[in-house]
Amino acid sequence: MKVPLSWLLEYIDTNASLEKICETLTAIGLEVEEIINPGKTLEPFIVAEVLEAEQHPNADKLRVCKVSTGTEILQIVCGAPNARAGIKVVLARPGDVIPASKDKLKKGVIRGIESQGMMCSARELGLGDNHEGIIELDANAPLGEKFATYGSYDNPVLDINLTPNRPDCAGICGIARDLAAAEIGTLKASVPETIEGTEKSSVSVSLDFPKGDNSCPLFVGRVIRNIKNCESPEWLQKKLISIGLRPISALVDITNYLTIDRARPLHVFDADKIKGNLWVRPAKGGETLEALDNKTYTLEKGMTVIGDDTGVLSLAGVIGGASSACDEGTVSVFVESAYFSPVRTALTGRALQIISDARYRFERGVDPQITIPGIELASKLILDICGTDSSVVSELFVAGSVPDTTKVIAIKTDKCKRHVGVDVEAETQKAILQRLGFKIVSEDNSSFSVSVPSYRPDVEHDTDLVEEVIRIKGYDNIPAVSLPRDSVVTKCAIDNDDIKIRSAKRILAYRGLLECITWSFLSEKEANIFSGGAKLINLLNPISSDLSVMRPGIIPNLLSAALRNANKAMYASALFEVGPVFHDDGQYKQITVAGALRSGHSERNWLSTERPVDAFDAKADALAVLSACGVAPDSLQVSPEAPAWYHPGRSGCLKQGKVLLAYFGEIHPTLRYEFPENTPVVACEVFLDNIISKGKQKTSEKPLLKLEDLQPVFRDFAFVVSKDTPAAKIIQAIKSADKELIKDVSIFDIYEGENISESQKSVAVNVVIQPLVKTMTDEEIHVISSKIIESAANTAGAVLR
Amino acid sequence: MSSVENLKSSILQSISAADNLSALEEIRISSLGKKGSVTALVKSVSELPADERKAAGALFNSLKSMVSDAIDAKKAELDAASLLSRLKDEKIDVSAPVRSLDTGRIHPISQTIDEIVSIFANMGFSVAKGPDIESEYYNFEALNLPSSHPARDMQATFFVPDAEPESLYKTVLRTQTSPVQIHAMLDKKPPIRIITPGRTYRCDYDQTHTPMFHQVEGLVIDETSNMSHLKGCLLDFLRAFFAIDDLPIRFRASYFPFTEPSAEVDIGCSKKDGKLKMGNFGDWLEILGCGMVHPNVLSNCGIDPQKYQGFAFGMGIERIAMLKYGIPDLRTFFDSDLRWLRHYGFLPLDIPNSAFGNSLMK
Repeated sequence: MKVPLSWLLEYIDTNASLEKICETLTAIGLEVEEIINPGKTLEPFIVAEVLEAEQHPNADKLRVCKVSTGTEILQIVCGAPNARAGIKVVLARPGDVIPASKDKLKKGVIRGIESQGMMCSARELGLGDNHEGIIELDANAPLGEKFATYGSYDNPVLDINLTPNRPDCAGICGIARDLAAAEIGTLKASVPETIEGTEKSSVSVSLDFPKGDNSCPLFVGRVIRNIKNCESPEWLQKKLISIGLRPISALVDITNYLTIDRARPLHVFDADKIKGNLWVRPAKGGETLEALDNKTYTLEKGMTVIGDDTGVLSLAGVIGGASSACDEGTVSVFVESAYFSPVRTALTGRALQIISDARYRFERGVDPQITIPGIELASKLILDICGTDSSVVSELFVAGSVPDTTKVIAIKTDKCKRHVGVDVEAETQKAILQRLGFKIVSEDNSSFSVSVPSYRPDVEHDTDLVEEVIRIKGYDNIPAVSLPRDSVVTKCAIDNDDIKIRSAKRILAYRGLLECITWSFLSEKEANIFSGGAKLINLLNPISSDLSVMRPGIIPNLLSAALRNANKAMYASALFEVGPVFHDDGQYKQITVAGALRSGHSERNWLSTERPVDAFDAKADALAVLSACGVAPDSLQVSPEAPAWYHPGRSGCLKQGKVLLAYFGEIHPTLRYEFPENTPVVACEVFLDNIISKGKQKTSEKPLLKLEDLQPVFRDFAFVVSKDTPAAKIIQAIKSADKELIKDVSIFDIYEGENISESQKSVAVNVVIQPLVKTMTDEEIHVISSKIIESAANTAGAVLR
Repeated sequence: MSSVENLKSSILQSISAADNLSALEEIRISSLGKKGSVTALVKSVSELPADERKAAGALFNSLKSMVSDAIDAKKAELDAASLLSRLKDEKIDVSAPVRSLDTGRIHPISQTIDEIVSIFANMGFSVAKGPDIESEYYNFEALNLPSSHPARDMQATFFVPDAEPESLYKTVLRTQTSPVQIHAMLDKKPPIRIITPGRTYRCDYDQTHTPMFHQVEGLVIDETSNMSHLKGCLLDFLRAFFAIDDLPIRFRASYFPFTEPSAEVDIGCSKKDGKLKMGNFGDWLEILGCGMVHPNVLSNCGIDPQKYQGFAFGMGIERIAMLKYGIPDLRTFFDSDLRWLRHYGFLPLDIPNSAFGNSLMK
């Protein structure tokens, strides 16, 4: 809200500096976001007088003027048609910056004649659109005085960020009241004079609402006849311009002025355009209104409207209608001052998306008590500005009654200490509340009760009173007290699920992947591909079609991220994200998934050969996450099943019994999008929620380590098996040959091709045999080797090569 | 005996003259080998008369060990020389680059959340969580924000189809992490001390807004915590987080529907020459909002506002991360640009912990 300092000072007597005023406003919750001072840009310009104006010898339209500043006389070449001897003007001298163009004025020679300055138009000074000629000041304007001072343009405007709980401060008067309460000055109270009507209002008003509907409990109006709608006087125009409003006509300007000045929105109908009487009522669905913003609105059932015999004239508390608007021909008006309910106004304004100064105030709560004073103020202004000798004012027509806003709140005197930790004396508390307009209605030793002023609908509880006291007293008085701790030693602050998430993130980063954070939403096209058949959750109001569905998986976003990097010639991505994915299985489900994606090749380095990433990198990532989350690798089963976004032959899943823990593999060739042909893309996704936490029995104890003293024996075997025999099966077969002595089995080569039939492959295995009691003899080793070969043959159909 | 002396000096001489290992080996064979000259001498002892055997034995054995020692010494000498000459040829270009072990990075958001949790854990807070898709009831209504409230307009909300078609309340993407506070108060009796880091959503997308961002809110409910504890708690947190021991903070009166009184919190800074620097420099920067939990909110959660009270606060995680780490543009957090992630990300072993420093060194 824009508050010109001079306007504010009309309601408060103070010697405080601008800085002090702004500081105080900000401290008491009326944050001054910016101080705009139009006078600043007008600073250099002064009042001068044209002494002579002669025809320029070389140009028809130019004049050569002698201009006095009171201390010196300058020669200025001027093209304005009104430049003539005897007028007072606004002078710019070389070096001054012209506000409109931001150019620095230079001494110049125009058509052979030197010009030592410039006389300014209103447009050049940023004071309006007028560029017909130079500004002509009053003949009394003192020579040499600063133009900003003379024109009282030196008027800083405070831009206050008004919080929605303070409708009282949506009027400049209310801001002054808060400032005065903070002891910045004395509030200048003004009681509007009452204007006695001399006839009955020719327009009557009926409140036509179903019982219990309090959308409009009070509507006051009066007719004023024989007036002349004219331009507003300069003081009023200047005020409106200073807050960025365009003066329209006196009748409109007066309502705008009171809206800003008193937070009292009013409406003025052209009385001659009202057919019959007025009805304030809920709209029937489908009625339309051509509003003052030149748009036509179709109204929903229940919105409050003001209508006459012909239909809707105005949308209560939101916007007026064009059909009954005042114009230059208006000679008779019906002035409206009403109380419309905040809830109804808010819902109507939001539904129709109309933003207006009236809506802003009504939806926050206009002071119901100012309904009648408001119309008196308006009447007075209308008579003063638009009145004629034959003007006639009617009596007030009052429909309904002022809604009861009486609220009495009791507060214990130590509530302040208890709630905000500041011991404010009871007398100080009362004094602050009284300055804010509260009245003490009762008191005893330990508490007192106050009645809440009608302009403070936001105050409902004793804590609200505490806030009033402490904000005026100053938040700086609140001490900073460290929270007492119930435990000296810091306890673990996260649960098992978060421990898994953190472990997954740190292990993936450790493995060389970069953590990224991507949107929780994606395009419908991607969502369908990666949904795995699950029902998707669509946003009803997405920001764009690319971000319109809650993501059913993490891989599509990682894929897009890798692609974006590939498009910048960074083909080798290693990205991961641990975060939520969503689907609808009758209820909205959110699960946590760790996804990792690698693309391209390992780094080209002179020490090692470049290598394309493959499905086993993805499998390793998945296993690393599972292991970091406490899953024993031995407890996992791997099988070649994976969803459709993976390459069908180069992907798989990891399960623990029936519980799915991870997918991994190469991304399906059709989903590689614009990745270059030779850039491999692999990924894995780990379902962290499916990992069974070890439960409550947390133990720090590790299983006992048994170190064997005897040297292990290493033996290599090469088996030929059918191509589709899983490597895991061979390992399992070998391990089961002697569970006690065989400590480890690893595959160091898998070979297909020459010397091996087409349906077969050769698998080379290294077996670690650990003697337990004594060094093994060749004979004993031979026995184990035979058992290994036999088991491999029986279980995996393997033949020793 | 002179023949022995001669043999000795001749062998020792040839040992000393040997200039490679094979020459030395030949000498060893010709002297100490099975058919070697010294071996022959030693063997000959048995053929001597008995009274000479002892002296001769001693003499020949000493010759044998002398030769053997000389050969060993020479061998060590030759080995050393040969190693020296080999090392002279074995040379690498130490300026050549190494094999890179590509360590990944933790995203600044994750790191910042870990830092926040680490500091608040010291003050007895634990982490609470809730779903991203929420009922309007928990996101707004229970927080003293009825649908007609003007503040509802300030939060551009994403809607999804209603989870329960019969419900009065629409289903939304949470615009704040406050619903987690509501759930916590409904689920748990005071005392409560929680923080709620998480994803939040608003339909806004420009230079300073992204449709998804992260917030952390804090909630303390007990019988005694008041606004001075709120100030102390935030002062302690902000000083620890920014690692500035004398960082000043300022409370300004403000308004949030869910707190009463409410405050905006500024931290001290300097904006000199367009460069932002945190610290006790006289200027102020708004950083978070907070207040005492509104009695209506307590009542909505079945907590007696006559008995219990407490405070809540909330801040944007991106914002404080940007301030702490000098990251200039909000939108880049979600671009997944590899160069950005490597530059602004954190090493996985840089685990925030108050005792060992909260990510002060990259």
